[in-house]
Amino acid sequence: MTTQRNHRLLRTAALLIGLLGLLPMSASAMHIAEGFLPAGWCVVWGAVCVPFVAAGFLSIKKKVEMAPRAKILLAMCGAFAFVLSALKLPSFNGSCSHPTGVGLGAILFGPMTMAVLGLIVLLFQALLLAHGGLTTLGANTFSMAIAGPIVSWLVYKLLRKAKAPAPVAVFAAAALGDLFTYVVTSFQLGVIDGGMARYLMVFAVTQIPLAIVEGLLTVVVFNVLEKYSKTELEALCVL
Amino acid sequence: MKVWQKNLILIVLAVAIAALPLWLLPNAEFGGADGQAEEVVQELNPGYQPWFEPILEPASGEVESLLFALQAAVGAGIVGFVLGRITKKPGGKDES
Repeated sequence: MTTQRNHRLLRTAALLIGLLGLLPMSASAMHIAEGFLPAGWCVVWGAVCVPFVAAGFLSIKKKVEMAPRAKILLAMCGAFAFVLSALKLPSFNGSCSHPTGVGLGAILFGPMTMAVLGLIVLLFQALLLAHGGLTTLGANTFSMAIAGPIVSWLVYKLLRKAKAPAPVAVFAAAALGDLFTYVVTSFQLGVIDGGMARYLMVFAVTQIPLAIVEGLLTVVVFNVLEKYSKTELEALCVL
Repeated sequence: MKVWQKNLILIVLAVAIAALPLWLLPNAEFGGADGQAEEVVQELNPGYQPWFEPILEPASGEVESLLFALQAAVGAGIVGFVLGRITKKPGGKDES
């Protein structure tokens, strides 16, 4: 009980200092925090992730064989997710969260690949930054590295089928994938004790402007790729 | 329109959307959404105790911001490197 109280006090103190602008917001942004998911659910989400991550390794191998010169783009997609998930941005409801950056990789390499890259990003943040956590790694991997990328990939493919211009499809795919990640996070917390709507208010509503930002930045990178890396994009069946 | 012109507009737009809340809500706290979620957990299930603690916690807000900056810097470095490679002029010396 005392540790919990201490945490409360610490967080309040950090908030106050943060308000004074002395410290960049301490009580970090998104992901389910360490220890905040009952053990049973940690195991469930972890188990759900295993086949996707395994499929991810196979998918990476296949894509690299398909388009050997795209390997460098794979590195870039991972790095892009690294950058975007380090940027905590303010939102219109007065709180902060960060984009995921996984939409770009999902569009270029398919959703399974991102299960691996997203896991790496989450592991880094859980181990070094105390952001997210090891016990909640499965749940966070499922929302950010599996569910989000699947939505991005589907939206991109569907819009392209419907003859939407590539940048428009990229924008919608990245933004909706980002948003869906947090819808899943809300669901993961909401199934435990209810309160889905409240979690959606906290996570998904915060995320709306950030999803738009992520969509725009993904289009920026995509525009460059479309001009200079057309052959690789064609080899990966993106265009 | 050239690619860099299009991208400049997109980047300005992204920065504007990110900065707008700061200007519109001068008194907001801008705390983390995950911290708020922790509070909702405590409210719905008042006895809930986090059952696992982070193994390594950044020693202070400064150290944490260092690590976040590092994460962004490493990522941006790689993105920049790759974009530099794929946009290099065709006739330029290739040393790889």
